[in-house]
Amino acid sequence: MTTAPASRRAARERPHVATGAEHHPDAPLSIHDMTVAYHRKPVIWDIDLDIPAGKLVGIVGPNGAGKSTLIKACLDLVPRASGRVLVYGRPYPEQRRRVAYVPQRETVDWEYPINALGLVTMGRYGQIGWFRPVTRRHRAAARAALERVGMQDYADRQISQLSGGQQQRVFLARALVQDADLYLMDEPFAGVDAATERAIVQVLRDLQAAGRTVLVVHHDLQTVPTYFDWVLLLNMRVVAFGPTAEVFTEDNLRKTYGGKLTLLDAAAQAMARAQR
Amino acid sequence: MQWYTLDTWIVVIGVLCATACALLGNFLVLRRMSMMGDAISHAVLPGLAVAFLISGSRSSLVMFIGAGVVGLLTAVFVQWVHTFGRVDRGAAMGVVFTTLFAIGLVLIVRAAHAVDLDPGCVLYGSIELAPWDTVAVGPWLVPRAVVVLGSVLALNTLVVGVFYKELNISSFDPALATTLGINARAMQYLLMTLVAITTVAAFEAIGSILVIAMLIVPAAAAHLLTDRLGSMIAVSLVFAAVSAALGHVAAIVVPGWVGATDTMTSGMMATVAGGLFAITVLAAPRHGVVSRVVVRRRLRGRILREDALGLLYRLEEQDQPVTRSELVDRLRTALVIGGGVATRAFRGLVRRGLAEPAAESLRLTDAGRVRARQLVRTHRLWESYLYEHLAVPADHVHDTAMDLEHVTDPAMREALADHAADAAEDPHGTMIPPA
Repeated sequence: MTTAPASRRAARERPHVATGAEHHPDAPLSIHDMTVAYHRKPVIWDIDLDIPAGKLVGIVGPNGAGKSTLIKACLDLVPRASGRVLVYGRPYPEQRRRVAYVPQRETVDWEYPINALGLVTMGRYGQIGWFRPVTRRHRAAARAALERVGMQDYADRQISQLSGGQQQRVFLARALVQDADLYLMDEPFAGVDAATERAIVQVLRDLQAAGRTVLVVHHDLQTVPTYFDWVLLLNMRVVAFGPTAEVFTEDNLRKTYGGKLTLLDAAAQAMARAQR
Repeated sequence: MQWYTLDTWIVVIGVLCATACALLGNFLVLRRMSMMGDAISHAVLPGLAVAFLISGSRSSLVMFIGAGVVGLLTAVFVQWVHTFGRVDRGAAMGVVFTTLFAIGLVLIVRAAHAVDLDPGCVLYGSIELAPWDTVAVGPWLVPRAVVVLGSVLALNTLVVGVFYKELNISSFDPALATTLGINARAMQYLLMTLVAITTVAAFEAIGSILVIAMLIVPAAAAHLLTDRLGSMIAVSLVFAAVSAALGHVAAIVVPGWVGATDTMTSGMMATVAGGLFAITVLAAPRHGVVSRVVVRRRLRGRILREDALGLLYRLEEQDQPVTRSELVDRLRTALVIGGGVATRAFRGLVRRGLAEPAAESLRLTDAGRVRARQLVRTHRLWESYLYEHLAVPADHVHDTAMDLEHVTDPAMREALADHAADAAEDPHGTMIPPA
């Protein structure tokens, strides 16, 4: 338990990182003392933080650090052993409409009989409600979302006929069509081409400009300083959380990743570039 | 072939069974839960036994309630075994349905002497006898199976129609459904309950084997043929109905061919469905075996013609007139192919207006020369790129370039040209033709 005191200390210094009763009442996402366990073995524990509004927040950490689990536990997709999650000050189930989720690409069957437009329209199913059909209005919204990720020409393609990057963009469009305030994205940059990466970054910037809050599980340390203004360093516990310029340090990275120095060197270079 | 009213009723019953099963089967196949149909069709047995023991009746409604409850329980138990027992879903199904089936057998043997359970009937059903068991519907006398199966089909259609969106999204991406407030687990249980009810309804008429076949085969075939859920469902229903109808016709006709006198309609329905599925696997336009072979052959034909075109260009470059048979020989030795194949490649060029007969030989047309120059340019650009940038030895670059030239589009070719901006010649010292 070497890192808990560090985060407590950080808590006193910054209003957004709080413990116990110090949580911000209107934070987009407020996680209170959360622990998640698979078969009684804890995966992540003592997660206690507020995601500040209007920020692009990157979540980084080694494999098995619990990055995806953190997001899924917030969305009730995996059970929490303890802790509470508030979205804009209210329990998540009451605020589903305000949260959009982009799962990892491998979680679905891309041979499923649906085209890109149909997939994006699914993002609207919650708003459409039970017993009502999909109308032209919803399809128009889905088309607009496809356009925002540069995929409007692929609307009628069956989804297995898209490249990996295109599939990822369609997934992103499906989240955009929900018109949420808080976006949780699980590895959207994994295995995508350069064009897709640019498109996603542009979408993230647009979301931020529109006052939305975005949480992104990320694996490429080099791009962290350029993509995210806040960063959460996670390795089963919170190692550090705060503005990238303050907490994305070699010291913190070493604590997060242990001895994988080659990775750290790359990150250090990226930091240096970003500061220049 | 003799056709009686009886045969019409058998076909009607078969079609109702098959379509009721196939409709639900689409969602089982898409959820990769095909075996759940198998599991539930066995697991409903204790439900039937308990329902009979409690009510003392074999009426359809009681049986459906028993089946529905056990179908739901099967789905719940499988989920539990999967979650708490930490075994994969297939194994969980295996554990649950064999246990329930065994309990059902015990219950029947121990307590319900009145129920006659003929193993043959369970496996193959008795569709041939079903038309005799009639009920009065208004002024008409209709087979009871038609009424029961018709109601079940109507129920399935209604539920799928009403919950179409929800079934669709929870089959494709249960996590998304959950975050949108659509209870994916509840949809799963609803589906399993329907499967159980349908299984019981279809059981008596067509037996468990055909139930499983009709749950899976039409949907699996339709999945190969379509890429939208709506059309997949439509195709699966047509597939199921055609299998049922053809199955009965085959049951009447086929035994005569082989000298037998009679065969099981339900067995023939499953056989026909299997046969149609085999045809689908072979002939499906996008995913089918035949279309893949055709695509591969076309590609091979194009590559051969392009190589022939390149050869003509190179010969023209060297100002080396050769006879037609020498042309064929050169292409044969260069590509290690048969003479017939090489001849066909040149004939293909002539047919496409890229080459024309001249004297004893062939020469490029203007269109052919443009196309050939691009090919040779691509080839030599690749050679110089491989040599300069990837340090591939000069005597190794030809074969690689030979492969790459067929898959390089114009944009890539000019991108290559940018990299080889200074090179006017390839590593062998031959000129790279201009764009």
